Amino acid sequence: MDNPVVFELVATVLKVVLALVVALQVAPLMVWVERRQAALIQRRIGPNRVGLFGFRLFGFGQPLADTIKLLFKEDFIPKHANKVFYVIAPIVPALMGLLAITGIPFGKYVEVMGYRVNLQPVDLNAGFLYLFAVSALGVYGVALAGWSSNNKYALLGGLRASAQMISYEIAMGLSLLPIVFIFGTLNLQNIIGAQSGHLLFGFLPAWGIFYAPVSFVIFVITMFAETNRLPFDLAEGEAELVAGFLTEYGSMRWSLFFLGEYAMMFTLSALTVCLFLGGYEIPYLPQTRIVEMLSGTLGNELALWATFLIGFGVLIFKVCIFMFIFVQARFTLPRFRYDQLMRVGWVYMLPLALVNVVVSAVWAALSKF
Amino acid sequence: MSSVLSPYFPILFTGVAALLIAGGATAASFLLGPKKPNEAKLDVYECGVPVVGSARQRLSVKFYLTAILFILFDIETVFLYLWASAFDMLGWFGVVEVAIFVTTLAAGYVYILKRGALDWD
Repeated sequence: MDNPVVFELVATVLKVVLALVVALQVAPLMVWVERRQAALIQRRIGPNRVGLFGFRLFGFGQPLADTIKLLFKEDFIPKHANKVFYVIAPIVPALMGLLAITGIPFGKYVEVMGYRVNLQPVDLNAGFLYLFAVSALGVYGVALAGWSSNNKYALLGGLRASAQMISYEIAMGLSLLPIVFIFGTLNLQNIIGAQSGHLLFGFLPAWGIFYAPVSFVIFVITMFAETNRLPFDLAEGEAELVAGFLTEYGSMRWSLFFLGEYAMMFTLSALTVCLFLGGYEIPYLPQTRIVEMLSGTLGNELALWATFLIGFGVLIFKVCIFMFIFVQARFTLPRFRYDQLMRVGWVYMLPLALVNVVVSAVWAALSKF
Repeated sequence: MSSVLSPYFPILFTGVAALLIAGGATAASFLLGPKKPNEAKLDVYECGVPVVGSARQRLSVKFYLTAILFILFDIETVFLYLWASAFDMLGWFGVVEVAIFVTTLAAGYVYILKRGALDWD
């Protein structure tokens, strides 16, 4: 372990494993949360039979049972499908979902054996553009699944989903420009660091949402559209398209789409938290202060680890609020009609995002220069 | 962290791991699941009635139009990111230039809006 290359290799592998474990836990947990929350909203009981070790725990064992069931389902390829693309299609969203989550900073840094370890698994100089690039590639999975199934419902669902995802991507990209020039960086760690201060004589935390509220609204709306969640789930509108691009899929291939979808929901929620809500920082109590307070009793190295755990909990808590909103919206709002959906994207969101960029630029220039 | 390795290395490692997870899950269900294919199961699903025609049909030109407009506006977003990351260096010059750029773009946007390229009815 004296060798820095070996050390960095081990550290990288551990960080990536942490991110992947988070991503793989999100999907089953969210399925359970979603079913319980839906049951609460619709005044039913929901899954409550499968427990763990003899305890019911509100049906907490259900995701495990579901996974085992999915593993033992028949894995078939329809006769008319294009076999190569049919097999590749479900792997793409899962791969992109897992890749995107590694761009999230789970904490500031820890020190191990004199080395400083940045807790963002993938830290490129392109910053959060990496997250954009990877999440945009997810559209290939949807388009390929729709086309390769050789089914009319699947084709329509795939086309609708692709058109929707690329339409909202423009507004999404534009909405984050003000964040870049207000904080002056693309690096997520630096953006979070800039948000640990205060605004208005210490009254408000210096979060991105107070600098760029319109960006926040646009980003959250486009986030729903990008992840194909209600009210934007035209792709799988079951009343008209059976299950959209998922129609001909079953067993593990089907669940890989959902692994990708939930991982992407988590990643985009975490990105929102990092850009607009201070990431892993607690309002009024920056992490540097926590480290100072703890290092007296714990020593510097342990204090950093404790701070990382606190920050990780804060990050997960903030993300959970978004996940709650995702599920609540799904069972509260009706679905858009397709022409309304495209209208919202192109006629309202895009001009609003453009105006927001220009106005914020003038405002930022006035306050900076 | 001192960068001994390329910053792109974690992406490669994650990609391989994710492929193994996704491929492994599919392979496991392929090996563990039953295999009882029959004619109806492998046929195209159209709500249980006999299949009419094929899915390889002509599509609405609207999807093509959306894709073209996406390329146009997305590239413009990419240009704006370059300006945003150099915002402090460019100062007021950059803001004015971008205002001109966005105005030109808005003219094109109004044109496609008036021509009905964004109507889906």
